[in-house]
Amino acid sequence: MSPLSPAGFDAVVVGAGPAGSAAAFALAKAGRSVVIVERGPYPGSKNVYGGVVYGRILDQIDPEWWQSVPVQRWVVRRSTMVLTSSQSVSVDVRSQAWGGPPHNGMTIYRADFDSWLAGKAVAQGARLVCSTVATGLIRDASGRVCGVSTDRPQGELRAKVVIAADGVNSFLAKSAGLYRDSSASHFTLGVKEVLDMDPEVIESRFGLGGREGLDIEALGATGAIPGGGFLYTNHDSVSVGVVVALDGLAASRRRPEELVASFKAHPSIAPYLRNSTLREYSAHLIPEGGYDTMPDLVADGMLVAGDAAGMTLASGLWLEGVNFAVGAGLAAGRAAAAAIEAGDTTAQGLAGYRRQLEASFVLADHMRLRRAPALVLSDRVQGVYNKVLCDLAEQLFTVDNPAPKPGLLTLARRSMAKHGLKFRHLAKDGLEAARTFR
Amino acid sequence: MTADPAGVSFGERMATVEFRVAGNAHITVDADVCASCTTRECVTACPANLFAETADGGILFNYEQCFECGTCYMVCNKEGAISWSYPQGGYGVVFRRG
Repeated sequence: MSPLSPAGFDAVVVGAGPAGSAAAFALAKAGRSVVIVERGPYPGSKNVYGGVVYGRILDQIDPEWWQSVPVQRWVVRRSTMVLTSSQSVSVDVRSQAWGGPPHNGMTIYRADFDSWLAGKAVAQGARLVCSTVATGLIRDASGRVCGVSTDRPQGELRAKVVIAADGVNSFLAKSAGLYRDSSASHFTLGVKEVLDMDPEVIESRFGLGGREGLDIEALGATGAIPGGGFLYTNHDSVSVGVVVALDGLAASRRRPEELVASFKAHPSIAPYLRNSTLREYSAHLIPEGGYDTMPDLVADGMLVAGDAAGMTLASGLWLEGVNFAVGAGLAAGRAAAAAIEAGDTTAQGLAGYRRQLEASFVLADHMRLRRAPALVLSDRVQGVYNKVLCDLAEQLFTVDNPAPKPGLLTLARRSMAKHGLKFRHLAKDGLEAARTFR
Repeated sequence: MTADPAGVSFGERMATVEFRVAGNAHITVDADVCASCTTRECVTACPANLFAETADGGILFNYEQCFECGTCYMVCNKEGAISWSYPQGGYGVVFRRG
């Protein structure tokens, strides 16, 4: 590596994803020297997401971010769909307010979005070095992290603080011993197809105006494997795929692309995808375990942010990740800058990071929804309620003359009995849902 | 290779993805450990279908079209069978529409 700074940097950030670029932005804004090391040829080249980026946290980077962000479509329709193999029930929410500033959700391509965000850090004075893998942590005599080694010749980078924003596999957080348990049960696999489609076809097919977008999240779409399906619109393509529990996928012996094909063939999905052609196939792991499976976030000389810290929120109702990464990155950058200013970058000196996260949505939401991942992936939520609900809805709207209409309670009892759902299950799960989403 | 209902073969599917193939493999597999494995989760779970069983009970893999997702080593239940790191900087998968 060219002699970036023989004396070292105030901070090295590993990974130019949303967490890393936000951290570097905050450090540079505080006047600190910071380098971002990115293993891909450009930011976002290794990254995949599954639907919607919620942009309001970007207010803290650029108050008019929506003017320059490389958006595909502004999401004005959000559908939550419950499926069986031949039925579906949808809750379809539309708000035109989401179509105008400050917006709510947007669809993006990570290659564009992550590069844009990294550009914000660079404009603030951060240095971005791509095509470089951080291969390990460098520690001083006391064991404190004081830099990273890279796969460049003479590629050691020394710094007062290392921010590991190196993604879901975070070898840096693992090598620092911050993960107590990183077993497969805390992770899901997202598998996605981007299908080319004419913008006019997208707009007429999904009921959208020129820059408007739709996001569908579907439960009951992955057979016996816990997970869900998704479909969202880009400007001239739609992205469709599934997210499945990694251990369930392995045990099922089913192929990931077959699960996507099965979701795409569902009668409620297939008509949306007619005459589209595969543009790009992709897959990525997602840390969906939630608060209880996060690693320690702070070590001497080191902070962990974003997917590296398991910060994706997979709570069923809310499926978010990029915004959590940006929020965590900003907090990490600010905490690191304050610790450097104070001359104490030990774990104690960096403890402001966790306090900031707890005071913001990043850990507040995760702590409040800590029970959600287990509930959402539980057997009845995954494989019974979808059937009960779809049968109930179907029977409710089936006119079976000359028989008179049965009462709603009769229909509910009938549907529950058909699928083996007892009132005590309903009470137990209802209580759990109330505790989870209170 | 299996074809999905849309008629896209797995080879065609993978041809939609850009890979800058490094000279060295970033995945290594311990043939002895894999020979004793009865479950072979990596073979079905890998979204890029990189792992294949051989007639003599071994595991063949290719690293060239790896998404670098980590599924293989995560689902592997044999300690040390799959060693996995990132490809050299600048190489490997390059997503455009991830």
